Amino acid sequence: MATQSEAGAISAGTRRTTQMLLNQIFGPLLQILYFVIGSAVILGTIVIVLAFLLQGTRSDINLLQGTLIILPQVIVDSLVRGFLYAMIALGYTMVYGVLEFINFAHGEIFMVGAFVVAGFGLMLNSAGLLRDFPGILFVIIAVLLGAAVSGILAVSVERVAYRPLRNSPKLVLLISTIGMSLVLQDLVRIIATSTPLGFNARVLTPDLGSAIRLATLPNPGGRDINVIIDARSMIFIVASIVMLIFLNYLVNVTRVGKAMRAVAQDRPTASLMGINVNNIIALTFLVGGALGGAAGVLFGIRVQAINPYVGFLPGLKAFTAAVLGGIGNITGAMVGGIVLGFLEAFVASYLSLFTAGAFAGANYADIAAFSILIIILIFKPEGLLGEATVQKV
Amino acid sequence: MSLLELQNVHTYYGNIHALKGVSITVNEGEIVTLIGSNGAGKSTTLRTISGLLRPRLGEVLFKGQRIDRMPPHEIVQLGIAQAPEGRRIFPRLTVLENLELGAYIHNANSPEYRRDLERVFDLFPRLRERYTQKGGTLSGGEQQMLAIGRALMTRPNVILLDEPSMGLAPVLVEQIFDIVREINAQGTTVLLVEQNAHMALAIAHRAYVLQTGKIVLEDTAEAVAKNETVQKAYLGLD
Repeated sequence: MATQSEAGAISAGTRRTTQMLLNQIFGPLLQILYFVIGSAVILGTIVIVLAFLLQGTRSDINLLQGTLIILPQVIVDSLVRGFLYAMIALGYTMVYGVLEFINFAHGEIFMVGAFVVAGFGLMLNSAGLLRDFPGILFVIIAVLLGAAVSGILAVSVERVAYRPLRNSPKLVLLISTIGMSLVLQDLVRIIATSTPLGFNARVLTPDLGSAIRLATLPNPGGRDINVIIDARSMIFIVASIVMLIFLNYLVNVTRVGKAMRAVAQDRPTASLMGINVNNIIALTFLVGGALGGAAGVLFGIRVQAINPYVGFLPGLKAFTAAVLGGIGNITGAMVGGIVLGFLEAFVASYLSLFTAGAFAGANYADIAAFSILIIILIFKPEGLLGEATVQKV
Repeated sequence: MSLLELQNVHTYYGNIHALKGVSITVNEGEIVTLIGSNGAGKSTTLRTISGLLRPRLGEVLFKGQRIDRMPPHEIVQLGIAQAPEGRRIFPRLTVLENLELGAYIHNANSPEYRRDLERVFDLFPRLRERYTQKGGTLSGGEQQMLAIGRALMTRPNVILLDEPSMGLAPVLVEQIFDIVREINAQGTTVLLVEQNAHMALAIAHRAYVLQTGKIVLEDTAEAVAKNETVQKAYLGLD
């Protein structure tokens, strides 16, 4: 047996260091940063080369110059889309991690978040408080409110529609999630149309500040290019990063986070450790739903006009992002969201520019997203960061 | 005094009648082994005790309290730990995280927790060397050590070991059995399920022989080892 002092020294060696903690929290974010830079550089290079090659085909505009002028704006747009998909994709991937099914109602959980901020804005407005409400405070309250409502809603949906079916075939569960998706859409539609919100709800916000100029690029032979980011996009990006840090802390550092990972890897064995599996599954829905709801709030603030069906397409694309990153992998979902956001924004912005408007790019962004889904499913079904499913026995 | 008792337990997998009236008694401080061939119901017995399976008939008593209707996470808290068949360590968590999960029901800042961790690292020095490594990257023997260590971290009164020798090289098997004996000497009651009847009977105090869901023999380990039928069927002696 080791003496008391020896034992102390040894256990100190096996305790977590601050360094380890920082790695666990910021490691995934660093990976996101790599993918942001990587996507920006690769896609940026491709469009510049394309512009250079196609230069001769156009006489009306200077293609190369046009490409360069919109490039910074496209990257900002990519980031907003990327973080949007990343935050929604987390809900899909976390639920898949613990229960191995796709919760198709998650897009609606996101949509509910957007309606929460619309309702909040409307209430403040009718109380006459909206105009003078501090912008940052409005965003923080709305995000917390949306996260709470959507999180609780996701937990309730699990309790009512998924838990009773947990031992049924996965297909039955899948159908239940699609059913819940339709139920939530129409529930929100009924509520919205019978209140002053209306079917096409406007998201009223206080003044959130004007656009921020990030840099001015010199442009020989023309006026200088201002790289600007509008305040709502800025809020979106900053808030997303804050929430991703929180999530990484929760999952990688805390005791419940460890329990969540254990339940995801092996449910029966996790219960042998004294983990209440049902509670952890509920917690997974709570966290995934809260992130989705927060994303919905930020989305509502940014687009300012919503309806009960706005969750469908972002939900489906976020699912694509989750598959792209490797379904079940939390960092993968964030990275997948970023990559998908970049691809979509670049297609949306440059396709019409390069084809002289023959293809209205924005409409083809969806095609780009889902083509990617099909290509991954064929060539790399485990995704960018997914583990191959083979395991040592 | 009997610590753990199964009385006429019947467990089913769907419609398959896996345990047909199993009665087992484990006394405090003992090593009891349950031997039998593949599919006899050995693992089913352990899974019924730990709550992963619910018996349709019969009772499971721990310290005189009925536990057969309790969920697994509550049974662990009473002091029953299981190192499951096939080790079932968490492959994408580190060795330390696996052990921390073993202590999930305890306060991780307490001196008891650190004492438990030291005890496991003393029993399995290999785990100390590899505590930052992911569980899935360990060798089979190391995974088994981790599974036992993780079960010990729950601070159990009785530990249920399901085929700890499975798939291990003979030298490792001996090492594992030595450690089981040491764990018992330190005061933990052991219920050991084994196909390697020879080794199991060598370290156990008492033994039960399970055949197609029924106990066909129970006696001291020595007597069971001398039983002619057992020698033929499980020990490969003629």
